[in-house]
Amino acid sequence: MAEEAITEASVEASGEASVEASVEARAEGVPAAEAWIPRVSRRAALRDGLRAYGLIVGMWMRSTMAYRASFVMTAFGNFAATAFDFVAILLMFAHVDALGGYSLPEVAFLYGTSATAFGLSDLALGSMDRLGRRVRDGTLDTLLLRPVPVLAQVAADRFALRRLGRIAQGLLVLGYALLTVDIDWTVTRALMLPMMVLSGAAIFSAVFVAGAAFQFWAQDASEVQNSFTYGGTTLLQYPPTLFAKDLVRGVTFVVPLAFVNWIPALYVLGREDPLGLPDLAAFLPPLVAVVCCALAGVAWRAGLRAYRSTGS
Amino acid sequence: MSTDGTGFIELDGVEKVFDVRRKAGLLRREKHQVRAVDGISFRVPRGEMVGYIGPNGAGKSTTIKMLTGILTPSGGRLRVAGIDPSRERTRLAQRIGVVFGQRTTLWWDLPLIDSYRLMHRMYRVPDARFRVNLERCVELLDLAELLDVPVRQLSLGQRMRGDIAAALLHDPEVLYLDEPTIGLDVISKAKVREFLRDLNAERGTTVLLTTHDLTDIEQLCKRVMVIDHGRLLYDGGLAGLHEVGESERTLVVDLERELPPIEVPGARAVRVEGPRQWLAFPAAESAAPLVARIAAEYPLVDLSVREPDIEAVIAKMYADRSAV
Ligand SMILES: Nc1ncnc2c1ncn2[C@@H]1O[C@H](COP(=O)(O)OP(=O)(O)OP(=O)(O)O)[C@@H](O)[C@H]1O
Ligand SMILES: [Mg+2]
Repeated sequence: MAEEAITEASVEASGEASVEASVEARAEGVPAAEAWIPRVSRRAALRDGLRAYGLIVGMWMRSTMAYRASFVMTAFGNFAATAFDFVAILLMFAHVDALGGYSLPEVAFLYGTSATAFGLSDLALGSMDRLGRRVRDGTLDTLLLRPVPVLAQVAADRFALRRLGRIAQGLLVLGYALLTVDIDWTVTRALMLPMMVLSGAAIFSAVFVAGAAFQFWAQDASEVQNSFTYGGTTLLQYPPTLFAKDLVRGVTFVVPLAFVNWIPALYVLGREDPLGLPDLAAFLPPLVAVVCCALAGVAWRAGLRAYRSTGS
Repeated sequence: MSTDGTGFIELDGVEKVFDVRRKAGLLRREKHQVRAVDGISFRVPRGEMVGYIGPNGAGKSTTIKMLTGILTPSGGRLRVAGIDPSRERTRLAQRIGVVFGQRTTLWWDLPLIDSYRLMHRMYRVPDARFRVNLERCVELLDLAELLDVPVRQLSLGQRMRGDIAAALLHDPEVLYLDEPTIGLDVISKAKVREFLRDLNAERGTTVLLTTHDLTDIEQLCKRVMVIDHGRLLYDGGLAGLHEVGESERTLVVDLERELPPIEVPGARAVRVEGPRQWLAFPAAESAAPLVARIAAEYPLVDLSVREPDIEAVIAKMYADRSAV
């Protein structure tokens, strides 16, 4: 959840530090935005963004909680709808003992980690696919008028607590996997688990933001974005050997979503990597997450700059 | 008037060009440019209330969007309170209030009061200040019964009043209003105008207002700017519009009987209906010599002078401009 404000830090230069910086810049005759933007202002913008995100989310949660029964129903619906995914996998295992050489508990491990990571980013940023509509009908104007980062506003808009259902389901499957799977636990492997879930959530979030940024140009791109995120999570729930090597390679290097899951999961499970990457690759997810978030931030800023409102 | 003093809002040769694609034939798309704002310069000192008018598509909304930082100018220099809006949009946001008549800035699905509470926190308005401002707006804009209604259930006029209140909760130094009286009934319009007049008088809030209802301008603004095709046609007092618009007054004369159109130097007959005739003469000229001349030559029964109305002046201005 931290990445959403970083990405806007330099566009939304706010807070005292940035003010000073721009005053200085002007004194030297350099336009403010072209001047170097100090780290401090990024941190201020991040803080502002998170604060605004919290405010808006709080408001939506209060208004959701006003209708508690409806919240419980929709959250359960969300849980049930995503649970069907795993039920499909269970059904498959009713006929075979292993899927691409992976046992049911191992698949459950892949599924649980990926679903939890995705659930987290979906909870935090799942509203972002509405951006295309806002760009098309010009209602983004309104968000630009407020003294808080636009990204935080877009992300928090209509925050839906019912998406907790997806996380609950992911955690449940993960719990089942951890109870049944045969892992040779070490300290590194145990630490790998939260690391891969959090990095995964960050990478998914970066894809959400980049996808949303793309909608500044192609306003109907929410389908494209969904195929990356929702499609990505479906793919990741199956073992990599099930797919052709080239596809896997493409997914690993083109869409770094594989870092969410496969590479660290293979390490935790003590499996050979089908691509023959060194063990070290399993420790890369946090780094990949940071790079992805930075790239998503660049894309978002470029997108926001391209916004040109509408005629009425 | 446009260049004196220190400008709170300053525009120097501001331009906004949109690249648009237009269908040309079956598959081909032609790129061309719309110069929505084409080199506009003006200054608005602190505390002034200015009308910004022009026909549809003149570039009014585009100017306001640049003044808020929503759009980045394609050229020229623009400052509001010393801030470049598009570069420091979030910082400027603290100091300005904006009402788009066409579009709400409130949260569509939340009750009005929830939107206000959210603004309170977002703009970091001190609690006491917020309470005072909210009470004042609720009272003057008649919002008491609407506070718990979700915004989407409000009527246009109710929503507009809600939006005006929302724009003022953080004590902005300048208020931009883009067609704030659109779709309001007579009573609501009067209420909104009175509210704005008080705001300007008591708080010294600078106001820039666009509208198609010239009564808004007549009742609120001493200064008016007219734009068309992205260029400033006029900037000055409301009264001065008549001279620039080459406006004419009308002398209505009742004669004893039907006669051919009156012919006198300095005036021309524009309409004849039985014994009554309408003569147009330049608004700046005195009517007395004209009346004397007519009385000497024609059997005069009665007469009256009609002042040009602002609608006609503006309409003439728009029309002249389009003909060029
Ligand atoms: N986002 C946009 N993309 C392309 N063209 C635009 C855009 N916004 C405005 N225009 C064009 O710029 C011109 C000025 O538009 P603008 O909305 O500023 O007019 P206006 O004076 O507010 O008119 P109205 O009285 O109808 O509201 C118009 O020709 C319009 O088509
Ligand atoms: Mg307009």
